[in-house]
Amino acid sequence: MTVQQNNFSVDTHGYYGDFGGAFIPEMLYPNVKQLQEQYLQIMGDPIFQESFQHLLKDYVGRPTPLFFAERLSQKHGASIYLKREDLCHTGAHKINNTIGQILLAERLGKKRIIAETGAGQHGVATATVCALKGLECIVYMGEKDIERQAPNVARMKMLGAKVVPAVSGSKTLKDATNEAIRDWINNPVDTHYIIGSVVGPHPYPDMVARFQSVISEEIKKQLIEKTGSPYPTHVIACVGGGSNAAGAFYHFLDDLSVKLVAVEAAGCGITSGMSAATTQLGKPGILHGSKSLLMQTNDGQVVEPHSISAGLDYPGIGPLHAHLFKSGRGTFMSATDEEALQAALDISRTEGIIPALETAHAFSVLNDIHFEKTDVVVICLSGRGDKDLDTYMKYL
Amino acid sequence: MNRIDLLFKQKKQSVLNVYCTAGYPQLNSMVEVLSSLQENGADIIEIGMPYSDPLADGPVIQQSNMVALENGMSIPVLFEQLKNIRSTIHLPIILMGYMNPILQFGLKNFCEAAAAVGVDGVILPDLPMFEFENEYQPLFNKHGLKFIFLVTPETEEERIRKIDGLCSGFLYAVSSSSTTGNNKVIADQSAYFKRLKEMQLNNPILVGFGIKDKGTFQSACQYSNGAIIGSAYIKALEGSTNIQLSTKEFLNNVLA
Repeated sequence: MTVQQNNFSVDTHGYYGDFGGAFIPEMLYPNVKQLQEQYLQIMGDPIFQESFQHLLKDYVGRPTPLFFAERLSQKHGASIYLKREDLCHTGAHKINNTIGQILLAERLGKKRIIAETGAGQHGVATATVCALKGLECIVYMGEKDIERQAPNVARMKMLGAKVVPAVSGSKTLKDATNEAIRDWINNPVDTHYIIGSVVGPHPYPDMVARFQSVISEEIKKQLIEKTGSPYPTHVIACVGGGSNAAGAFYHFLDDLSVKLVAVEAAGCGITSGMSAATTQLGKPGILHGSKSLLMQTNDGQVVEPHSISAGLDYPGIGPLHAHLFKSGRGTFMSATDEEALQAALDISRTEGIIPALETAHAFSVLNDIHFEKTDVVVICLSGRGDKDLDTYMKYL
Repeated sequence: MNRIDLLFKQKKQSVLNVYCTAGYPQLNSMVEVLSSLQENGADIIEIGMPYSDPLADGPVIQQSNMVALENGMSIPVLFEQLKNIRSTIHLPIILMGYMNPILQFGLKNFCEAAAAVGVDGVILPDLPMFEFENEYQPLFNKHGLKFIFLVTPETEEERIRKIDGLCSGFLYAVSSSSTTGNNKVIADQSAYFKRLKEMQLNNPILVGFGIKDKGTFQSACQYSNGAIIGSAYIKALEGSTNIQLSTKEFLNNVLA
């Protein structure tokens, strides 16, 4: 039993199978080492848990509903449930992690918080918890993403955060992450880096997955109430770095009867040269401190990805997901920009819920999977689509 | 004897290591850069292998990496350019870069090729001690390549000693917690450099990050065996129409 449980857990050096680790310059070592040594202890402390659970309940608004999507179920011939992370405070699952990490940062005595953001959801979630705790907040965001996610930039500013444009490379999430890491190198004592996804050096992938695991913990309880069993047949989530998927999969990883479906952004199509489907196009490599699958040239230069959705526009994937892909535990699918836009429109008009562009990718694959009538499908509705209205209006 | 060891046997003070980016400013400018560094007083040459995501580097070296990649530089091209380098360059040569391009080239291939063209050592800032010890160390040793580690003002004494035990060639003491090309003042770190000196480590110590001119070079050399200049030299090459002359002027200013 124990052996089985450990199959998909991180080992003591931060590896999931072949992937993970902490490939960091010496300048980051003291901070990363401190996290490695303390994160489990702090997260396991009852007083920490009490604060964390309290904020999840009264500030974030958890548990989020598990909604039976009747019309969508009829359309696809299965029972489809939506895990409503879009109803979290700030509009996406990202805040589960930032609440956890800000409490951790407080414990570690850090005064200054930095973060990277793609779609801006993690930036908003970080700015929010910094405002809540009265801590300085600096968010790095690709210049290109600042343009395409203007509402979230405004929200971060309203919350008192400083938004710093990343102007290097592709000017998207990868480059914002580079800049945040460089900031951390330059500010090694007072600063905590709140990484927004299950990427980065160990312990970040495991730490973020644990903070997000509340998603699958609630799904299990809610499914018992609704179906009598905690186990769905499918859990579907979109994957950029992969934090909402990690959270939605977490408590099902060892239950092999549950099919875990991760949906990547195919951009203009997997073979188009304008894609972000890392498992299809990537090879093992090292980026942002961990070994994982990585989109790169034959010379090992990181490729600039493309997705219409800023949150999925990332050339890598968390090491847990690389392991799920390689081991076959996860089923990796993809949706193009066009398919995601269409799915966003469909779900808006079928269920009255406007999803984030990222989330729309997860809905898109409903058309590609053959379901049995008895199937119980949970889709992680990771975020709401307000921030994407400009893009949606152009598509209409 | 490895050229780095030989150098430190003969010279224990004011050793000057200069960093350049392969393929910068032009794809084929490296041989000229190397020979002008040799002619004008550098003691060690550190060649940066450009990478799309150089995390430990500040804006100047990032930019030189981007230009070099656009020029078409890669590890295979670099080794091709270094093929006959030992007919003209006798200074120790170190390759500096990040893990990912090397993994794609193949670490074994990399070590073989580096040794074959006469490279003396490597600096890979994102290969930490645990991974080095666990997996990679024998390959570097087998090919006679020195593996140079970084320490910072935040590195604890016990860890410095462990790093010193694994490190060879010299220890790269990062002057302040920062990316390359910073403007933090070296003098502020004298306590840290003194501490390093008093530890009486096995390896010689070169100080790097933020060394840009005569003043910072001399200040760094007070407590160490020498220093490393990177961003400032890259800046001197930016827009240069005469590499020989720019290098000469730059090094004359540092060494005057």
